[in-house]
Amino acid sequence: MSAIKVENISKSFGKTKALDGVSFEVARGELFGLIGPDGAGKSTLFRLLTTLLNPDFGRAEVDGFDIVKEYRDIRKRVGYMPGRFSLYQDLTVEENLNFFAALFGVKVEDTYDLVAPIYRQIEPFKTRKAGKLSGGMKQKLALSCALIHRPSVLFLDEPTTGVDAVSRSEFWDMLSDLKQKGITILVSTPYMDEASRCDRIALCNEGRILSINTPKDIVSGFNSHSQNSSPNPVPTTLYAISAENMYQLLLSSRKCKGVVECYPFGEMHHLVVDETFDIECFKKELTDMKGLRIEPINPTIEDMFIKLMKQ
Amino acid sequence: MSDVIISVKDLTKRFGDFTAVNRITFDVERGEIFGFLGANGAGKTTAMRMLCGLSYPTSGSGTVAGYDVMREGEMIKRHIGYMSQRFSLYNDLTVWENIRLFAGIYGLSKSETESRATELLRRLNFTSERDTLVGALPLGWKQKLSFAVATIHRPEVVFLDEPTGGVDPITRRQFWEMIYEAADSGTTIFVTTHYMDEAEYCTRVSIMVDGEVRALDTPARLKEQFVAESMDEVFRILARGAKRGE
Repeated sequence: MSAIKVENISKSFGKTKALDGVSFEVARGELFGLIGPDGAGKSTLFRLLTTLLNPDFGRAEVDGFDIVKEYRDIRKRVGYMPGRFSLYQDLTVEENLNFFAALFGVKVEDTYDLVAPIYRQIEPFKTRKAGKLSGGMKQKLALSCALIHRPSVLFLDEPTTGVDAVSRSEFWDMLSDLKQKGITILVSTPYMDEASRCDRIALCNEGRILSINTPKDIVSGFNSHSQNSSPNPVPTTLYAISAENMYQLLLSSRKCKGVVECYPFGEMHHLVVDETFDIECFKKELTDMKGLRIEPINPTIEDMFIKLMKQ
Repeated sequence: MSDVIISVKDLTKRFGDFTAVNRITFDVERGEIFGFLGANGAGKTTAMRMLCGLSYPTSGSGTVAGYDVMREGEMIKRHIGYMSQRFSLYNDLTVWENIRLFAGIYGLSKSETESRATELLRRLNFTSERDTLVGALPLGWKQKLSFAVATIHRPEVVFLDEPTGGVDPITRRQFWEMIYEAADSGTTIFVTTHYMDEAEYCTRVSIMVDGEVRALDTPARLKEQFVAESMDEVFRILARGAKRGE
């Protein structure tokens, strides 16, 4: 049995289609990532699966229970960390934890083995009001509270948004530890570089899923036709290019033969080309670019996302 | 006219016993894209508020766009552009009304507003959307418009506070192209971001840790200095040593 099963779910708010026929399954014990920008429908999906909203169409199950008919059972067994900090700011760290334990009818000691690796980091501040914690500490407290009743499925809505690169990486380490303990995790993020920390990911945009697979298999679809739903699929290859004047390089390379597109990507630009591209011709066309360098590279999740968005 | 747009020396901000920003010193030159990075709680926001004339330093000295950071906050505010992820445009005003509002705030005359707004709409290919509510525009358009509006008074320097958070990869890149274009035509860009690939687009990058600027150079030289493959790695090496949280 899957831990999460979503079948053709749609949800609109007025004229806005937040979710448009979304389907996917998450296996028990899987760390599954929803990767996409604002407006992709990630938070709506979380609110549906945690039974805070009902779908317009379609159905879904969490831990084998229907999200509409059996919402009570679901609420008992899932942990949810919403995108916005939603603990009680005027209760202390310790009071928040005790409060959530009491809500679920459990004792803090009973779950302490699960919560301890995270909670211990904020325990020195247990008498501090939650509202006075730093962003990183709030995040750890919220995760501790979401775990207090030993949930079988954990929902984390953009836990790393606005967090610096080092703290983000530490947070993903905590998730890997929780996964080791058998908890199924559905987590969303707008940061494409975090996708590789998941077992499988769904790339989402504007209420639809663009692709679902392991991070490795998603990028391997970049050069092939298989992912391509357009009527005239063209096999493409990816290069990284650089020159002294990166802005001019961006503008000039787009005019070269065989170039599908060129976009900035960190210290290099990425160049997507079709089969009519010839590297020597390209260099000739750009002879006046000082310090021109070009090399073939492997696509990243973000390259794939860009490609899928354009289709 | 000097080619240094921002120049600060030993800029410090204390709140009680807490030194949020501790003697930061740097210059930013005309036409640079200056990346201002730091871990959460490093003092970035406090530093940026001082540079934008929103708060006065406890000690130190410096100028932004030719005005004294210790005394002329009001003048600084009028002569810079500012755009953040959170606050940009009014969704329930039309494109035209938003432009007029910001032009008015920056004290442009009626005729200046008219001519610049018309030019702006033409340049962005927005002329047909003149009377559309901003709330109904796609995200990419909104971003272009908010940048254009933040620079309607033609400031020498624009401060961008995490302008691309939560934005899809295509829109994020379109936005950076706009930044490139503005810098190419001489506008100085001062930008904060959590996306380390965006740090690579900057002419120079400074990294704050525990209230101090710990590193400042071009991305290439920083990577050399810290023997790192990417700016992400440079950032990690520096931020791991941070003593304080937020």
